[in-house]
Amino acid sequence: MSPTPDDPLVLVRDLRVTFTGGRAPVQAVSGVDLTVHRGEAVALIGESGSGKSVTLRALLRLHSPKRTVMEGTIRVVGQDVLALGGRALADYRGKVASMIFQEPLLALDPVYTVGKQIVESILRHENVSATDARKRALQLFERVRIPSPERRLDAYPHEMSGGMRQRAMIALALACNPQVLLADEPTTALDATVQIQILLLLRELQRELGLAIVFVTHDIGAAIEVADRIAVMYAGRIVEEGPARTLIRAPRHPYTLALLQSRAHGALAKGSRLQTIGGSPPDLAHLPQGCAFAERCRFAADACLATQPPALELAPGHQARCLRTEATAAAANAVTAMA
Amino acid sequence: MFASLARRIVYTLPIMAGVALVCFLLVHLAPGDPLVSVLPPDASEDLRQQLIKLYGFDRSLPEQFLSWVWRALHGDLGTSIASGRPVAAEVYKAVGNTLMLAAVATLIGFFFGSLFGFVAGYFSGSWVDRVASLLSIVGVSVPHYWLGMVLVIIFAAQLNWLPATGAGPGGSTDWHWNWEHVQYLILPAVAKSVVPMGIIARTVRALVAEMLAQEFVVGLRAKGLTDYGVFRHIVKNVAPTALAVMGLQLGYLLGGSILIETVFAFPGTGFLLNSAIFQRDLPLLQGTILVLAMFFVLLNLVVDLVQGTLDPRISRA
Repeated sequence: MSPTPDDPLVLVRDLRVTFTGGRAPVQAVSGVDLTVHRGEAVALIGESGSGKSVTLRALLRLHSPKRTVMEGTIRVVGQDVLALGGRALADYRGKVASMIFQEPLLALDPVYTVGKQIVESILRHENVSATDARKRALQLFERVRIPSPERRLDAYPHEMSGGMRQRAMIALALACNPQVLLADEPTTALDATVQIQILLLLRELQRELGLAIVFVTHDIGAAIEVADRIAVMYAGRIVEEGPARTLIRAPRHPYTLALLQSRAHGALAKGSRLQTIGGSPPDLAHLPQGCAFAERCRFAADACLATQPPALELAPGHQARCLRTEATAAAANAVTAMA
Repeated sequence: MFASLARRIVYTLPIMAGVALVCFLLVHLAPGDPLVSVLPPDASEDLRQQLIKLYGFDRSLPEQFLSWVWRALHGDLGTSIASGRPVAAEVYKAVGNTLMLAAVATLIGFFFGSLFGFVAGYFSGSWVDRVASLLSIVGVSVPHYWLGMVLVIIFAAQLNWLPATGAGPGGSTDWHWNWEHVQYLILPAVAKSVVPMGIIARTVRALVAEMLAQEFVVGLRAKGLTDYGVFRHIVKNVAPTALAVMGLQLGYLLGGSILIETVFAFPGTGFLLNSAIFQRDLPLLQGTILVLAMFFVLLNLVVDLVQGTLDPRISRA
């Protein structure tokens, strides 16, 4: 079966990731569905431990096979990722889908120059000469707008600034013309002015190259900047997903609303207290029977504790896993009206 | 690059001066009369004074030190009290032999140590790891002179495969790299190699396990490298530290070979030191220690430089 242009590049169905290394198995991801089309950027947001990075890394199967159980379906550009064997998996990584890491200083090998690492990646996947690979690395450096690229190719990761390193990381990820780009908190380690530049660069590259981007962040601002759609994750599930604009203006899951209200930026008048979400996320080794957020939710009812809320289609492309979307909507409207 | 090289070399000069001072003082602080071994018990006080003057023991310590250093800089380490031969020539011969033995032992230790270490680190927690770790612990813990004797019993006395003692038909002076001579090197080198092997294996195992937990290994896999590709990166990351440990072990083997060289009657510095101590041969003792210490300093310099070329963060940071 050959993929047609309309098929989604990334299709995840009922993905479950369980880490079995510890005392009790930890359900880091429990039933995620995700669809990303060509030229589309989707942001996974949520707090630490919500399973967003685990989901992202599962797309490249980067979790230790010894200590991880993965179930469900992951299809990327027509390939069944969970069924790929050793060599085929290595061929898929970096070629079909590639990843940008949060802290390039840690994600790049410290004892090789950045140029060599890019050349290595090109030579690994393509049958070209080392000279041509180096030429392409240079073009990539120009593409991600690294000043004096020729010289920077011979720099070691520790000799570059944070923003420059992340640009180099992006160049590395794009080296073999992947169709899917995965970004794991690509701007978290950078300072604010550089963050914007990197986000703009990502969006520009995505449009020019027609990439599908999945990126993980806990910065809602960054998500709005780059993403067409946002998926909010909590305790290993996507609790609300929709077009970026809709999700920000009309959140229907209490957790999304709470996240938006706990932003320092814009949401509040001067002098008022910043809202926080009380309590802490549930223990992933002992997930509750009902909605995982119920314990911290101000709209929670008895029904919320009993069963797992199903995904509720609110509008085309906008869904939330919540029984109390109406109460949330009312509260959200009140906030919007106040602002 | 050249400037940093020159700076490194200049830095070692004060270290060398300090080493010379310490080794001079230590020898002079040691109790015992150096002339005991050459003077007959009933020698006249006159003869005694004459010899003291001849060896310069009547002058003040700073004077003795300076003239010793000055002459050492010209390649003259004095005359052995016991044998009457120039110390420099004796030390030179012995250092050559010991260096050969230590280098072979270090290479054996480095090869097997790295092998065990890499395998143990790569398959951390498996039975391979446990076997390799056990071997390295045994290597570090077994007294090497005891191992030397056991090797002699098995391979020389019982099996009659290899010679038990000495350095070949040419004695201590006439060495050739042929089987006739090399066979004398095997048992002492193997006995000496177990400690560096154990230490290098444990170091490399820890480093490999640490590297595998690093984010850049995930990065390498994410760009499609196979196990072999990742392994090459790990080797290059581990190499600087492993080489540094190897260099230091070579240094220790140079100095710490008294027991092994005595067990195998191998004409090296350990053997020489041993006799110099028992004969209270001050010039010989001083000269041998000085040359060994200088080797140690130089070795550290070389390790530093090699490390700097392998790990870019070291030389430029």
